[in-house]
Amino acid sequence: MACYLTTGKHMSIYTSVFTVLLLLAVTAPVALGFGFAGASAARSSVAPLRWFGKSYIALVRGVPDIAFFLFFVIALDQGIEYLRHKALCRDWSEPIRQGNDFVVCQAAKMPLGDAPQWVHETYGFSLAVLTFSIVFGAFAANVLFGAMRAVPHAQLETAGAYGMSQRQIFWRVLVPQMWVYALPGLSNLWMVLIKATPLLFLLGIEDIVYWARELGGTKTSRFTDYPHGDWRMWYFLALLVFYLVFTRISEVVLERLMQRLTHGQATSGGEAQRKAAA
Amino acid sequence: MSCWQTIQDYGLRSIGIGERLLPREDFTLCQQFTLIGSGMIWNIYFGFFALVLGFFFATALAVGKGSSNRLIRKPSEWFIFIFRGSPLFIQFFFGYFLFLSLKSNYPFFDPFTAAWLGALIVLFCNTAAYTGEIFYGALQSIPKGDTEAADAYGMSGWPRFKRVIWPTMLRLAWPAYTNEAIFLFQSTALVFFSGFPAWQQRGDALYYASYFADKTFNPFIAYPILAMYFILLTLVIVSLFGLINARLNRHLPQHTRSKLRVRPNLIR
Repeated sequence: MACYLTTGKHMSIYTSVFTVLLLLAVTAPVALGFGFAGASAARSSVAPLRWFGKSYIALVRGVPDIAFFLFFVIALDQGIEYLRHKALCRDWSEPIRQGNDFVVCQAAKMPLGDAPQWVHETYGFSLAVLTFSIVFGAFAANVLFGAMRAVPHAQLETAGAYGMSQRQIFWRVLVPQMWVYALPGLSNLWMVLIKATPLLFLLGIEDIVYWARELGGTKTSRFTDYPHGDWRMWYFLALLVFYLVFTRISEVVLERLMQRLTHGQATSGGEAQRKAAA
Repeated sequence: MSCWQTIQDYGLRSIGIGERLLPREDFTLCQQFTLIGSGMIWNIYFGFFALVLGFFFATALAVGKGSSNRLIRKPSEWFIFIFRGSPLFIQFFFGYFLFLSLKSNYPFFDPFTAAWLGALIVLFCNTAAYTGEIFYGALQSIPKGDTEAADAYGMSGWPRFKRVIWPTMLRLAWPAYTNEAIFLFQSTALVFFSGFPAWQQRGDALYYASYFADKTFNPFIAYPILAMYFILLTLVIVSLFGLINARLNRHLPQHTRSKLRVRPNLIR
Protein backbone atom coordinates (compact mmCIF):
# COMPACT_ATOMS: atom_id res chain seq x y z
CA MET A 1 0.00 0.00 0.00
CA ALA A 2 2.76 2.42 0.93
CA CYS A 3 4.56 1.47 -2.28
CA TYR A 4 1.38 1.98 -4.28
CA LEU A 5 0.80 5.45 -2.88
CA THR A 6 4.33 6.60 -3.71
CA THR A 7 4.51 5.65 -7.39
CA GLY A 8 5.67 8.33 -9.79
CA LYS A 9 2.16 9.16 -10.89
CA HIS A 10 0.96 9.53 -7.33
CA MET A 11 3.75 12.02 -6.80
CA SER A 12 2.15 14.13 -9.55
CA ILE A 13 -1.16 14.22 -7.70
CA TYR A 14 0.62 15.44 -4.59
CA THR A 15 2.35 18.15 -6.62
CA SER A 16 -0.99 19.14 -8.10
CA VAL A 17 -2.25 19.72 -4.57
CA PHE A 18 0.47 22.35 -4.40
CA THR A 19 -0.76 23.74 -7.71
CA VAL A 20 -4.12 24.29 -6.05
CA LEU A 21 -2.55 25.88 -3.00
CA LEU A 22 -0.36 28.06 -5.22
CA LEU A 23 -3.42 29.16 -7.17
CA LEU A 24 -5.14 30.14 -3.93
CA ALA A 25 -2.04 31.92 -2.65
CA VAL A 26 -1.63 33.96 -5.82
CA THR A 27 -5.28 34.57 -6.62
CA ALA A 28 -6.38 35.75 -3.18
CA PRO A 29 -4.13 38.85 -3.01
CA VAL A 30 -4.49 39.68 -6.71
CA ALA A 31 -8.28 39.40 -6.52
CA LEU A 32 -8.25 41.53 -3.40
CA GLY A 33 -6.25 44.12 -5.31
CA PHE A 34 -8.72 44.02 -8.23
CA GLY A 35 -11.54 44.28 -5.73
CA PHE A 36 -9.97 47.23 -3.97
CA ALA A 37 -9.43 49.02 -7.27
CA GLY A 38 -12.96 48.20 -8.40
CA ALA A 39 -14.52 49.39 -5.16
CA SER A 40 -12.48 52.59 -5.14
CA ALA A 41 -13.47 53.22 -8.74
CA ALA A 42 -17.13 52.57 -7.98
CA ARG A 43 -17.20 55.24 -5.27
CA SER A 44 -15.04 57.69 -7.17
CA SER A 45 -16.34 61.17 -7.90
CA VAL A 46 -15.20 60.97 -11.52
CA ALA A 47 -18.21 59.72 -13.45
CA PRO A 48 -16.56 57.49 -16.10
CA LEU A 49 -14.43 55.81 -13.46
CA ARG A 50 -17.51 55.23 -11.32
CA TRP A 51 -19.41 53.74 -14.25
CA PHE A 52 -16.47 51.49 -15.00
CA GLY A 53 -16.30 50.24 -11.41
CA LYS A 54 -20.01 49.69 -11.13
CA SER A 55 -20.36 47.92 -14.43
CA TYR A 56 -17.37 45.69 -13.62
CA ILE A 57 -19.12 44.62 -10.43
CA ALA A 58 -22.50 44.20 -12.07
CA LEU A 59 -21.29 42.37 -15.14
CA VAL A 60 -19.45 39.52 -13.49
CA ARG A 61 -22.31 38.80 -11.12
CA GLY A 62 -25.49 37.36 -12.59
CA VAL A 63 -23.82 35.08 -15.10
CA PRO A 64 -22.70 31.56 -14.18
CA ASP A 65 -19.05 31.89 -13.27
CA ILE A 66 -18.13 28.72 -15.04
CA ALA A 67 -19.20 30.39 -18.27
CA PHE A 68 -16.91 33.26 -17.36
CA PHE A 69 -14.04 30.89 -16.77
CA LEU A 70 -14.51 29.27 -20.14
CA PHE A 71 -14.98 32.63 -21.81
CA PHE A 72 -12.13 34.58 -20.27
CA VAL A 73 -9.42 32.03 -20.91
CA ILE A 74 -10.06 32.04 -24.66
CA ALA A 75 -10.78 35.75 -24.75
CA LEU A 76 -7.61 36.69 -22.85
CA ASP A 77 -5.52 34.33 -24.95
CA GLN A 78 -6.88 35.77 -28.19
CA GLY A 79 -6.65 39.31 -26.88
CA ILE A 80 -2.96 38.95 -26.03
CA GLU A 81 -2.19 37.33 -29.37
CA TYR A 82 -4.15 40.03 -31.17
CA LEU A 83 -2.19 42.80 -29.50
CA ARG A 84 1.14 41.10 -30.15
CA HIS A 85 0.10 40.55 -33.73
CA LYS A 86 -0.67 44.24 -34.17
CA ALA A 87 2.65 45.20 -32.62
CA LEU A 88 4.98 42.61 -34.16
CA CYS A 89 3.62 41.90 -37.63
CA ARG A 90 2.71 45.20 -39.20
CA ASP A 91 3.06 43.97 -42.76
CA TRP A 92 0.52 41.16 -42.31
CA SER A 93 -2.28 41.79 -44.76
CA GLU A 94 -4.73 38.94 -44.22
CA PRO A 95 -7.57 39.31 -41.72
CA ILE A 96 -7.12 37.65 -38.36
CA ARG A 97 -10.52 36.02 -38.25
CA GLN A 98 -10.80 33.81 -41.31
CA GLY A 99 -14.21 32.24 -41.01
CA ASN A 100 -13.96 29.87 -38.09
CA ASP A 101 -10.23 30.28 -37.60
CA PHE A 102 -8.19 32.66 -35.55
CA VAL A 103 -4.92 33.25 -37.38
CA VAL A 104 -1.97 35.32 -36.21
CA CYS A 105 1.58 35.38 -37.48
CA GLN A 106 4.15 32.99 -36.00
CA ALA A 107 6.00 35.65 -34.03
CA ALA A 108 2.79 36.67 -32.26
CA LYS A 109 1.97 33.20 -30.98
CA MET A 110 1.78 33.17 -27.23
CA PRO A 111 3.71 31.36 -25.96
CA LEU A 112 6.02 30.95 -28.95
CA GLY A 113 5.57 27.70 -30.83
CA ASP A 114 9.08 26.52 -30.04
CA ALA A 115 8.95 27.35 -26.33
CA PRO A 116 9.66 24.48 -23.93
CA GLN A 117 6.85 22.60 -22.23
CA TRP A 118 7.10 24.34 -18.89
CA VAL A 119 6.54 27.75 -20.51
CA HIS A 120 3.28 26.49 -21.97
CA GLU A 121 2.21 25.15 -18.59
CA THR A 122 3.15 28.34 -16.77
CA TYR A 123 1.37 30.44 -19.36
CA GLY A 124 -1.79 28.35 -19.02
CA PHE A 125 -1.58 28.58 -15.26
CA SER A 126 -1.15 32.35 -15.26
CA LEU A 127 -4.10 32.76 -17.59
CA ALA A 128 -6.13 30.72 -15.12
CA VAL A 129 -4.93 32.87 -12.24
CA LEU A 130 -5.83 36.03 -14.12
CA THR A 131 -9.30 34.67 -14.90
CA PHE A 132 -9.90 33.68 -11.30
CA SER A 133 -8.69 37.10 -10.18
CA ILE A 134 -10.99 38.98 -12.55
CA VAL A 135 -14.04 37.00 -11.46
CA PHE A 136 -13.27 37.01 -7.75
CA GLY A 137 -12.09 40.61 -7.95
CA ALA A 138 -15.63 41.58 -8.88
CA PHE A 139 -17.02 39.75 -5.86
CA ALA A 140 -14.38 41.30 -3.62
CA ALA A 141 -15.13 44.73 -5.09
CA ASN A 142 -18.75 44.27 -4.17
CA VAL A 143 -17.87 43.29 -0.60
CA LEU A 144 -15.39 46.13 -0.16
CA PHE A 145 -17.81 48.64 -1.68
CA GLY A 146 -20.36 47.67 0.93
CA ALA A 147 -17.74 47.77 3.69
CA MET A 148 -16.63 51.26 2.72
CA ARG A 149 -20.19 52.47 3.00
CA ALA A 150 -20.58 50.73 6.37
CA VAL A 151 -17.86 52.79 8.04
CA PRO A 152 -19.77 55.32 10.17
CA HIS A 153 -20.13 58.48 8.16
CA ALA A 154 -19.59 60.67 11.19
CA GLN A 155 -16.01 59.46 11.38
CA LEU A 156 -15.30 60.63 7.84
CA GLU A 157 -16.92 63.98 8.57
CA THR A 158 -14.85 64.32 11.72
CA ALA A 159 -11.70 63.67 9.73
CA GLY A 160 -12.84 66.32 7.25
CA ALA A 161 -13.42 68.76 10.10
CA TYR A 162 -9.83 68.20 11.20
CA GLY A 163 -8.77 69.46 7.80
CA MET A 164 -7.78 66.19 6.18
CA SER A 165 -7.91 66.03 2.41
CA GLN A 166 -10.08 63.48 0.60
CA ARG A 167 -7.03 61.33 -0.03
CA GLN A 168 -6.01 61.41 3.63
CA ILE A 169 -9.53 60.57 4.78
CA PHE A 170 -9.60 57.62 2.41
CA TRP A 171 -6.25 56.16 3.42
CA ARG A 172 -6.10 57.04 7.11
CA VAL A 173 -9.71 56.68 8.26
CA LEU A 174 -11.75 54.72 5.77
CA VAL A 175 -9.34 51.97 4.72
CA PRO A 176 -8.10 50.93 8.19
CA GLN A 177 -11.64 50.71 9.51
CA MET A 178 -13.40 49.00 6.66
CA TRP A 179 -11.76 45.59 7.16
CA VAL A 180 -13.89 44.59 10.11
CA TYR A 181 -17.00 45.18 8.01
CA ALA A 182 -15.48 43.46 5.01
CA LEU A 183 -14.20 40.36 6.77
CA PRO A 184 -17.43 38.33 6.94
CA GLY A 185 -17.96 38.86 3.23
CA LEU A 186 -14.33 38.24 2.40
CA SER A 187 -14.16 35.06 4.43
CA ASN A 188 -17.26 33.83 2.66
CA LEU A 189 -15.49 34.64 -0.58
CA TRP A 190 -12.41 32.71 0.50
CA MET A 191 -14.58 29.64 1.12
CA VAL A 192 -16.10 30.07 -2.30
CA LEU A 193 -12.65 30.47 -3.83
CA ILE A 194 -11.52 27.21 -2.24
CA LYS A 195 -14.55 25.51 -3.68
CA ALA A 196 -13.92 27.00 -7.11
CA THR A 197 -10.43 25.53 -7.45
CA PRO A 198 -11.58 22.26 -9.04
CA LEU A 199 -12.77 24.34 -11.98
CA LEU A 200 -9.09 24.60 -12.92
CA PHE A 201 -9.65 21.23 -14.50
CA LEU A 202 -11.97 22.81 -17.04
CA LEU A 203 -9.30 25.29 -17.99
CA GLY A 204 -7.06 22.44 -19.07
CA ILE A 205 -4.66 22.48 -16.14
CA GLU A 206 -3.51 19.09 -14.88
CA ASP A 207 -4.89 19.56 -11.39
CA ILE A 208 -6.08 17.15 -8.74
CA VAL A 209 -9.32 16.38 -10.54
CA TYR A 210 -7.37 15.42 -13.65
CA TRP A 211 -5.05 13.15 -11.70
CA ALA A 212 -7.85 11.60 -9.67
CA ARG A 213 -9.58 10.58 -12.89
CA GLU A 214 -6.33 9.41 -14.39
CA LEU A 215 -5.10 7.37 -11.44
CA GLY A 216 -8.45 5.95 -10.42
CA GLY A 217 -9.25 4.48 -13.82
CA THR A 218 -8.98 0.75 -14.36
CA LYS A 219 -5.39 -0.43 -14.65
CA THR A 220 -4.35 -3.74 -16.12
CA SER A 221 -1.22 -5.55 -15.08
CA ARG A 222 0.35 -4.91 -18.48
CA PHE A 223 1.09 -1.30 -17.74
CA THR A 224 1.57 -1.14 -14.02
CA ASP A 225 2.75 -3.23 -11.12
CA TYR A 226 -0.43 -2.46 -9.22
CA PRO A 227 -3.45 -3.51 -11.29
CA HIS A 228 -6.81 -2.48 -9.87
CA GLY A 229 -10.41 -1.94 -10.93
CA ASP A 230 -12.27 1.33 -11.21
CA TRP A 231 -11.17 3.20 -8.10
CA ARG A 232 -12.14 6.70 -9.21
CA MET A 233 -14.87 6.77 -6.59
CA TRP A 234 -12.29 6.40 -3.81
CA TYR A 235 -10.02 9.04 -5.29
CA PHE A 236 -12.87 11.51 -5.43
CA LEU A 237 -13.84 10.57 -1.90
CA ALA A 238 -10.31 11.50 -0.86
CA LEU A 239 -10.67 14.84 -2.67
CA LEU A 240 -13.98 15.44 -0.92
CA VAL A 241 -12.34 14.86 2.44
CA PHE A 242 -9.41 17.08 1.49
CA TYR A 243 -11.74 19.97 0.70
CA LEU A 244 -13.80 19.41 3.86
CA VAL A 245 -10.69 19.51 6.05
CA PHE A 246 -9.39 22.57 4.24
CA THR A 247 -12.73 24.36 4.68
CA ARG A 248 -12.84 23.50 8.37
CA ILE A 249 -9.31 24.80 8.99
CA SER A 250 -10.12 28.04 7.16
CA GLU A 251 -13.26 28.48 9.22
CA VAL A 252 -11.31 28.19 12.46
CA VAL A 253 -8.56 30.56 11.33
CA LEU A 254 -10.99 33.17 10.01
CA GLU A 255 -12.95 33.06 13.24
CA ARG A 256 -9.78 33.86 15.19
CA LEU A 257 -8.98 36.69 12.79
CA MET A 258 -12.45 38.12 13.24
CA GLN A 259 -11.95 38.03 17.01
CA ARG A 260 -8.77 40.08 16.61
CA LEU A 261 -10.27 42.59 14.21
CA THR A 262 -13.42 43.30 16.20
CA HIS A 263 -11.28 44.22 19.18
CA GLY A 264 -12.08 47.80 20.12
CA GLN A 265 -14.47 48.40 17.20
CA ALA A 266 -17.80 50.18 17.57
CA THR A 267 -19.76 47.13 16.47
CA SER A 268 -21.90 44.71 18.44
CA GLY A 269 -19.08 42.17 18.28
CA GLY A 270 -16.61 44.64 19.74
CA GLU A 271 -19.13 45.63 22.39
CA ALA A 272 -19.59 41.99 23.40
CA GLN A 273 -15.82 41.60 23.74
CA ARG A 274 -15.61 44.70 25.90
CA LYS A 275 -18.37 43.45 28.18
CA ALA A 276 -16.82 40.00 28.47
CA ALA A 277 -13.52 41.56 29.52
CA ALA A 278 -15.06 43.93 32.04
CA MET B 1 -32.35 27.67 -44.48
CA SER B 2 -34.67 30.06 -42.77
CA CYS B 3 -34.52 30.79 -39.11
CA TRP B 4 -37.97 29.35 -38.53
CA GLN B 5 -36.79 26.07 -40.06
CA THR B 6 -33.81 26.07 -37.67
CA ILE B 7 -36.05 26.59 -34.69
CA GLN B 8 -38.20 23.66 -35.79
CA ASP B 9 -35.13 21.48 -36.27
CA TYR B 10 -33.20 22.37 -33.15
CA GLY B 11 -35.67 23.96 -30.75
CA LEU B 12 -36.14 20.72 -28.82
CA ARG B 13 -32.82 19.16 -29.81
CA SER B 14 -31.64 18.93 -26.20
CA ILE B 15 -34.41 16.47 -25.34
CA GLY B 16 -33.92 14.46 -28.49
CA ILE B 17 -36.66 15.84 -30.74
CA GLY B 18 -35.73 17.14 -34.17
CA GLU B 19 -32.59 16.99 -36.26
CA ARG B 20 -30.05 14.46 -34.98
CA LEU B 21 -26.87 16.02 -36.32
CA LEU B 22 -25.66 19.25 -34.80
CA PRO B 23 -24.63 21.89 -37.31
CA ARG B 24 -20.98 21.39 -38.24
CA GLU B 25 -20.02 24.46 -40.25
CA ASP B 26 -21.31 27.86 -41.31
CA PHE B 27 -22.88 28.50 -37.96
CA THR B 28 -25.57 31.12 -38.14
CA LEU B 29 -26.55 33.35 -35.27
CA CYS B 30 -30.00 31.80 -35.37
CA GLN B 31 -28.60 28.30 -34.87
CA GLN B 32 -26.60 29.43 -31.86
CA PHE B 33 -29.58 31.15 -30.27
CA THR B 34 -31.84 28.16 -30.89
CA LEU B 35 -29.50 25.45 -29.67
CA ILE B 36 -28.34 27.28 -26.57
CA GLY B 37 -31.94 28.13 -25.78
CA SER B 38 -32.86 24.51 -26.29
CA GLY B 39 -30.17 23.57 -23.79
CA MET B 40 -31.79 25.85 -21.24
CA ILE B 41 -34.56 23.23 -20.98
CA TRP B 42 -32.13 21.05 -19.05
CA ASN B 43 -31.00 23.89 -16.80
CA ILE B 44 -34.61 24.66 -15.95
CA TYR B 45 -35.42 20.97 -15.45
CA PHE B 46 -32.52 20.43 -13.02
CA GLY B 47 -33.05 23.69 -11.20
CA PHE B 48 -36.80 23.34 -10.84
CA PHE B 49 -36.94 19.77 -9.57
CA ALA B 50 -33.92 20.13 -7.27
CA LEU B 51 -35.45 23.28 -5.82
CA VAL B 52 -38.93 21.85 -5.25
CA LEU B 53 -37.78 18.52 -3.83
CA GLY B 54 -34.93 20.11 -1.90
CA PHE B 55 -37.30 22.54 -0.24
CA PHE B 56 -39.03 19.82 1.80
CA PHE B 57 -35.83 18.04 2.71
CA ALA B 58 -34.30 21.37 3.71
CA THR B 59 -37.15 22.07 6.11
CA ALA B 60 -36.55 18.67 7.70
CA LEU B 61 -32.81 19.35 7.91
CA ALA B 62 -33.33 22.75 9.50
CA VAL B 63 -35.68 21.35 12.12
CA GLY B 64 -33.26 18.47 12.66
CA LYS B 65 -30.31 20.81 13.16
CA GLY B 66 -32.32 22.79 15.68
CA SER B 67 -33.43 19.66 17.51
CA SER B 68 -32.30 19.01 21.06
CA ASN B 69 -31.97 15.30 20.37
CA ARG B 70 -28.37 14.44 19.55
CA LEU B 71 -29.32 11.51 17.33
CA ILE B 72 -31.27 13.82 15.04
CA ARG B 73 -29.06 16.88 15.34
CA LYS B 74 -25.70 15.31 14.54
CA PRO B 75 -26.68 13.66 11.23
CA SER B 76 -28.31 16.87 10.02
CA GLU B 77 -25.27 18.92 11.01
CA TRP B 78 -22.94 16.51 9.22
CA PHE B 79 -25.08 16.40 6.11
CA ILE B 80 -25.13 20.18 5.90
CA PHE B 81 -21.39 20.45 6.58
CA ILE B 82 -20.44 17.85 3.98
CA PHE B 83 -22.49 19.35 1.18
CA ARG B 84 -21.70 22.97 2.01
CA GLY B 85 -18.03 22.39 2.74
CA SER B 86 -17.01 20.69 -0.47
CA PRO B 87 -17.12 21.87 -4.07
CA LEU B 88 -20.21 20.94 -6.05
CA PHE B 89 -17.92 19.98 -8.90
CA ILE B 90 -16.25 17.28 -6.80
CA GLN B 91 -19.66 16.17 -5.53
CA PHE B 92 -20.79 15.62 -9.11
CA PHE B 93 -17.71 13.58 -9.89
CA PHE B 94 -18.00 11.56 -6.72
CA GLY B 95 -21.71 10.96 -7.26
CA TYR B 96 -21.17 9.84 -10.82
CA PHE B 97 -18.43 7.37 -9.98
CA LEU B 98 -20.33 6.15 -6.93
CA PHE B 99 -23.36 5.36 -9.06
CA LEU B 100 -21.09 3.85 -11.69
CA SER B 101 -19.59 1.35 -9.27
CA LEU B 102 -22.96 0.64 -7.68
CA LYS B 103 -24.33 -0.03 -11.14
CA SER B 104 -21.77 -2.73 -11.84
CA ASN B 105 -22.95 -4.60 -8.75
CA TYR B 106 -26.68 -3.90 -8.77
CA PRO B 107 -28.51 -3.36 -12.07
CA PHE B 108 -31.09 -1.33 -10.13
CA PHE B 109 -28.75 1.65 -10.30
CA ASP B 110 -28.73 1.75 -14.10
CA PRO B 111 -30.64 5.02 -14.54
CA PHE B 112 -28.60 6.74 -11.82
CA THR B 113 -25.54 7.16 -14.04
CA ALA B 114 -27.59 9.17 -16.52
CA ALA B 115 -27.56 12.89 -15.92
CA TRP B 116 -31.31 13.31 -15.62
CA LEU B 117 -31.43 11.31 -12.40
CA GLY B 118 -27.88 11.13 -11.01
CA ALA B 119 -27.09 14.82 -11.37
CA LEU B 120 -30.54 15.68 -10.07
CA ILE B 121 -29.86 13.70 -6.88
CA VAL B 122 -26.53 15.47 -6.33
CA LEU B 123 -28.11 18.88 -6.95
CA PHE B 124 -31.00 17.95 -4.68
CA CYS B 125 -28.68 17.07 -1.77
CA ASN B 126 -26.58 20.15 -2.39
CA THR B 127 -29.43 22.63 -2.45
CA ALA B 128 -31.10 20.90 0.49
CA ALA B 129 -27.94 21.46 2.54
CA TYR B 130 -27.58 25.13 1.59
CA THR B 131 -31.29 25.82 2.05
CA GLY B 132 -31.31 23.86 5.30
CA GLU B 133 -28.65 26.17 6.68
CA ILE B 134 -30.65 29.23 5.59
CA PHE B 135 -33.84 27.86 7.16
CA TYR B 136 -31.95 26.94 10.32
CA GLY B 137 -30.74 30.51 10.62
CA ALA B 138 -34.30 31.74 10.14
CA LEU B 139 -35.61 29.31 12.77
CA GLN B 140 -33.11 30.73 15.23
CA SER B 141 -34.31 34.27 14.62
CA ILE B 142 -38.05 33.73 14.95
CA PRO B 143 -39.27 36.44 17.35
CA LYS B 144 -39.78 35.05 20.82
CA GLY B 145 -43.16 36.78 21.06
CA ASP B 146 -44.54 34.71 18.18
CA THR B 147 -43.87 31.38 19.83
CA GLU B 148 -45.02 32.68 23.20
CA ALA B 149 -48.28 33.82 21.64
CA ALA B 150 -48.72 30.37 20.08
CA ASP B 151 -48.14 28.79 23.49
CA ALA B 152 -50.65 31.16 25.07
CA TYR B 153 -53.27 30.04 22.54
CA GLY B 154 -52.68 26.48 23.67
CA MET B 155 -51.00 25.42 20.43
CA SER B 156 -48.34 22.78 20.52
CA GLY B 157 -46.61 20.26 18.34
CA TRP B 158 -47.69 20.09 14.71
CA PRO B 159 -50.30 22.90 14.63
CA ARG B 160 -47.85 25.23 16.34
CA PHE B 161 -45.19 24.40 13.78
CA LYS B 162 -47.52 24.56 10.78
CA ARG B 163 -49.36 27.73 11.66
CA VAL B 164 -46.78 29.83 13.48
CA ILE B 165 -43.20 28.67 13.20
CA TRP B 166 -43.09 27.51 9.59
CA PRO B 167 -44.67 30.60 7.97
CA THR B 168 -42.48 32.91 10.02
CA MET B 169 -39.41 30.89 9.13
CA LEU B 170 -40.23 31.12 5.43
CA ARG B 171 -40.87 34.83 5.68
CA LEU B 172 -37.52 35.47 7.37
CA ALA B 173 -35.60 33.12 5.11
CA TRP B 174 -37.14 34.21 1.83
CA PRO B 175 -34.63 36.85 0.66
CA ALA B 176 -31.71 34.50 1.28
CA TYR B 177 -33.64 31.65 -0.28
CA THR B 178 -34.13 33.68 -3.45
CA ASN B 179 -30.38 34.03 -3.79
CA GLU B 180 -29.99 30.32 -3.18
CA ALA B 181 -32.43 29.59 -6.00
CA ILE B 182 -30.42 31.79 -8.35
CA PHE B 183 -27.17 30.05 -7.37
CA LEU B 184 -28.82 26.72 -7.92
CA PHE B 185 -29.92 27.53 -11.44
CA GLN B 186 -26.48 28.82 -12.27
CA SER B 187 -24.75 25.78 -10.88
CA THR B 188 -26.84 23.52 -13.10
CA ALA B 189 -24.44 24.65 -15.82
CA LEU B 190 -21.79 22.40 -14.26
CA VAL B 191 -23.66 19.14 -14.83
CA PHE B 192 -22.34 18.12 -18.22
CA PHE B 193 -18.79 19.19 -17.43
CA SER B 194 -18.44 16.80 -14.54
CA GLY B 195 -18.45 13.20 -15.58
CA PHE B 196 -22.11 12.87 -16.43
CA PRO B 197 -22.12 12.12 -20.14
CA ALA B 198 -24.32 14.05 -22.55
CA TRP B 199 -26.07 11.19 -24.28
CA GLN B 200 -26.46 11.77 -28.05
CA GLN B 201 -25.22 15.32 -27.55
CA ARG B 202 -28.28 16.25 -25.55
CA GLY B 203 -26.72 18.77 -23.24
CA ASP B 204 -27.53 21.91 -21.37
CA ALA B 205 -27.02 25.49 -22.49
CA LEU B 206 -23.36 25.68 -21.52
CA TYR B 207 -22.70 22.39 -23.29
CA TYR B 208 -23.92 23.85 -26.58
CA ALA B 209 -22.27 27.21 -25.94
CA SER B 210 -18.88 25.58 -25.46
CA TYR B 211 -19.58 23.39 -28.50
CA PHE B 212 -19.94 26.52 -30.62
CA ALA B 213 -17.00 28.26 -28.99
CA ASP B 214 -14.81 25.23 -29.64
CA LYS B 215 -15.88 24.90 -33.25
CA THR B 216 -15.63 28.56 -34.18
CA PHE B 217 -12.72 29.60 -31.92
CA ASN B 218 -14.86 32.60 -31.17
CA PRO B 219 -16.07 32.93 -27.59
CA PHE B 220 -17.54 36.37 -28.20
CA ILE B 221 -20.85 35.14 -29.62
CA ALA B 222 -21.85 31.90 -27.91
CA TYR B 223 -21.03 32.92 -24.33
CA PRO B 224 -22.81 36.29 -24.42
CA ILE B 225 -25.89 34.49 -25.76
CA LEU B 226 -25.63 32.08 -22.84
CA ALA B 227 -25.22 35.01 -20.46
CA MET B 228 -28.31 36.65 -21.89
CA TYR B 229 -30.38 33.51 -21.35
CA PHE B 230 -29.16 33.19 -17.78
CA ILE B 231 -29.87 36.81 -16.99
CA LEU B 232 -33.39 36.35 -18.34
CA LEU B 233 -33.82 33.24 -16.20
CA THR B 234 -32.54 35.14 -13.17
CA LEU B 235 -35.04 37.93 -13.79
CA VAL B 236 -37.88 35.40 -14.02
CA ILE B 237 -36.81 33.74 -10.76
CA VAL B 238 -36.52 37.08 -9.01
CA SER B 239 -39.99 38.17 -10.07
CA LEU B 240 -41.60 34.83 -9.12
CA PHE B 241 -39.92 34.81 -5.74
CA GLY B 242 -40.85 38.45 -5.31
CA LEU B 243 -44.53 37.56 -5.73
CA ILE B 244 -44.25 34.84 -3.10
CA ASN B 245 -42.37 37.23 -0.85
CA ALA B 246 -45.17 39.77 -1.15
CA ARG B 247 -47.67 37.08 -0.20
CA LEU B 248 -45.63 35.90 2.78
CA ASN B 249 -45.41 39.46 4.09
CA ARG B 250 -48.97 40.52 3.27
CA HIS B 251 -50.01 40.86 6.93
CA LEU B 252 -47.26 43.36 7.73
CA PRO B 253 -47.52 47.14 7.33
CA GLN B 254 -45.98 48.32 4.06
CA HIS B 255 -42.90 50.02 5.46
CA THR B 256 -41.74 47.12 7.62
CA ARG B 257 -41.84 44.56 4.83
CA SER B 258 -38.50 43.10 3.99
CA LYS B 259 -37.45 43.90 0.48
CA LEU B 260 -35.87 41.28 -1.67
CA ARG B 261 -32.23 42.14 -2.16
CA VAL B 262 -30.75 40.11 -4.88
CA ARG B 263 -27.09 39.30 -4.69
CA PRO B 264 -26.56 36.73 -7.36
CA ASN B 265 -23.66 34.58 -8.16
CA LEU B 266 -21.07 32.89 -6.07
CA ILE B 267 -19.74 29.51 -6.95
CA ARG B 268 -20.14 26.55 -4.72
